[in-house]
Amino acid sequence: MSRSKSVIREITGRALAVRGNDVDTDRIIPARYMKELTFDQLGQYSFYDQRFDSSGKSLDHPLNDPRFEGASVLLVNKNFGCGSSREHAPQALMRWGIRAIIGESFAEIFAGNCTALGVPTLTVGNGEIEELMKLVEAEPQTEFRIDLESRQVQAGSSKVSFSLSASQAQVFLSGTWDTATSLLDGLEEVQATAARLPYIKDFPYDRPRG
Amino acid sequence: MGKNLLKKVWEMHKVRTLPSGQDQLFIGLHLIHEVTSPQAFAMLAERSLKVLHPERTFATVDHIVPTDDQNRPFKDELAEQMIQALEGNTAEHGITFFGLDSGLQGIVHIIGPELGLSQPGMTIACGDSHTSTHGALGAIAFGVGTSQVRDVLATQTLALNPLKVRRIEVKGTLGSGVYSKDIILRVIAELGVKGGLGHAYEYGGPAIEALPMEARLTICNMSIEGGARAGYINPDRVTFEYLKDRRFVPKGEGFERAVQYWKQIASDPDAEYDDRFELDADTLEPMVAWGINPGQAVGVLEKLPVLSELKTEDREVAEIAYSHTRFRQGRPIKGQKIDVAFIGSCTNGRISDLREAARLVQGHKAAAHVKALVVPGSQAVAGQAESEGLPEIFLQAGFQWRRAGCSMCLGMNPDVLQGDQVCASSSNRNFIGRQGSPTGRTLLMSPAMVAAAALAGEVADVRELAQGGRE
Repeated sequence: MSRSKSVIREITGRALAVRGNDVDTDRIIPARYMKELTFDQLGQYSFYDQRFDSSGKSLDHPLNDPRFEGASVLLVNKNFGCGSSREHAPQALMRWGIRAIIGESFAEIFAGNCTALGVPTLTVGNGEIEELMKLVEAEPQTEFRIDLESRQVQAGSSKVSFSLSASQAQVFLSGTWDTATSLLDGLEEVQATAARLPYIKDFPYDRPRG
Repeated sequence: MGKNLLKKVWEMHKVRTLPSGQDQLFIGLHLIHEVTSPQAFAMLAERSLKVLHPERTFATVDHIVPTDDQNRPFKDELAEQMIQALEGNTAEHGITFFGLDSGLQGIVHIIGPELGLSQPGMTIACGDSHTSTHGALGAIAFGVGTSQVRDVLATQTLALNPLKVRRIEVKGTLGSGVYSKDIILRVIAELGVKGGLGHAYEYGGPAIEALPMEARLTICNMSIEGGARAGYINPDRVTFEYLKDRRFVPKGEGFERAVQYWKQIASDPDAEYDDRFELDADTLEPMVAWGINPGQAVGVLEKLPVLSELKTEDREVAEIAYSHTRFRQGRPIKGQKIDVAFIGSCTNGRISDLREAARLVQGHKAAAHVKALVVPGSQAVAGQAESEGLPEIFLQAGFQWRRAGCSMCLGMNPDVLQGDQVCASSSNRNFIGRQGSPTGRTLLMSPAMVAAAALAGEVADVRELAQGGRE
């Protein structure tokens, strides 16, 4: 939690593109690698079955390509992160080194999980993502500079505007993306709300003995 | 204009507006399991936080439990570590844990409704996307990530963006051999796997109202596969009758008070919706999801799509699907050979699912080359099935009868596909690698269709096997 309370205004670094619509979280991290009590070791399993065949042989995949080593911005297409709510997926990507994801659209649970980790999910149009993907595929060394305030990404000579939900923008720019802290601020009101609820006040759970 | 259920529940549970503009929403029931909670408890410990409402938090173990040999310690050391962590965390924080020796253990989305923990007008959260299941009781239920599990443990609230509501009206009557699974697979095929982004789905209309609770749970379960954040059905007489006398449901006068609230919380007859969609149950046929997402589904008598006839976007995903499945374009899915048949999961592992499958396989034999598995969704479902003699029917038909767990729905326990096996599955996802083998292939269908496929050794039309039943 050392990264909590930190303002995220700008993200810089090189990028890599993982193409395709509806990339689900089972593909981002296969379930068999979720048998871990902590998230610490997950980075290495990002897109594992897309990167290695069953004999462990390396496949053609951007995450295996040395030209993209150290990239911190991930470019994706539509509905990225659909399926399972596993936070293991954004945790794996973050631990791989990803600090921001730019795509056409994101599954909601995935985007929420990313926000909670301080990884912005930024949306651009189909034409823009294609332009950015082509750019990094041709010139992997291109530096990206993402400015959350102006909602623009500068990549080489390209400048693209992205959208970011008002709530995401607010939490990153104010450094309050760690939701637990702001939720804890409202504890008194939480208890007041609970006390008003009929299923707590008027007909609570029946709790049989044993 | 009146209000819909989501709006009413949201207003009652809203604590305040957060500085981010999101709403802080009180969560009435928090369900936890072994996979997405240990890291959340570690986050609490790091900040010296306590569980705010342990009495509104309930735990069970489902994803990693073996369904054959459940003796402890588990053979899989990692699985053993995960169940021990949950045992330790629940004991430390005073959380009720339905463990393997409780008689109440099961898949989290099976036991919530079964125990009467999930009730109408409640907000429910769980670190699992299929939490949408509980919406069938008229609850608003969210699947969340682990940081949010931490948030609920520490504050009993979530930071959420308000949702739009799409009313999905299902008219007509389901024919025999056609089930609620077929309704939801058709809805997702029509609206797409991202069609529900930003929305909750409210299912209603004559075909939905005619469904018993267990069939409704199947529909809401797969809301997330259509991209919807939640799915629900307004509480009605079916709901109240289902809940009456369940373990955690108030009895006597308490029940009467509960029913009063449950009635009020339903959408008003003139409720407003952000969007509407209509489906006709009369013309629905048994569905099979053939591709790599649950939206790639066709009627059992339809042909698989021809790439050149698809829109660009659908074509790209279909190309990946064909390269993974190696199925042929333009051919019917009926007749596709299968290797494995799986009946179970939070989608279709309830007693009514098992009864219907048993009715169909009774006196028949699974094809010799098919490995067929029946996995009850909970210990209570298993007990009920045993009291009705269902395991004997399955065993005589060449099916294996297992213990409760998530089993072959996802590759986190010993039940996995081998190589490129084709599995007829009553589960919810046909994603690449979902059933534990990176090259495995999953065909999603109703449990009755799985039973039919197991007997035929290939995808079959359950309506030809025998006079199909009705839900």
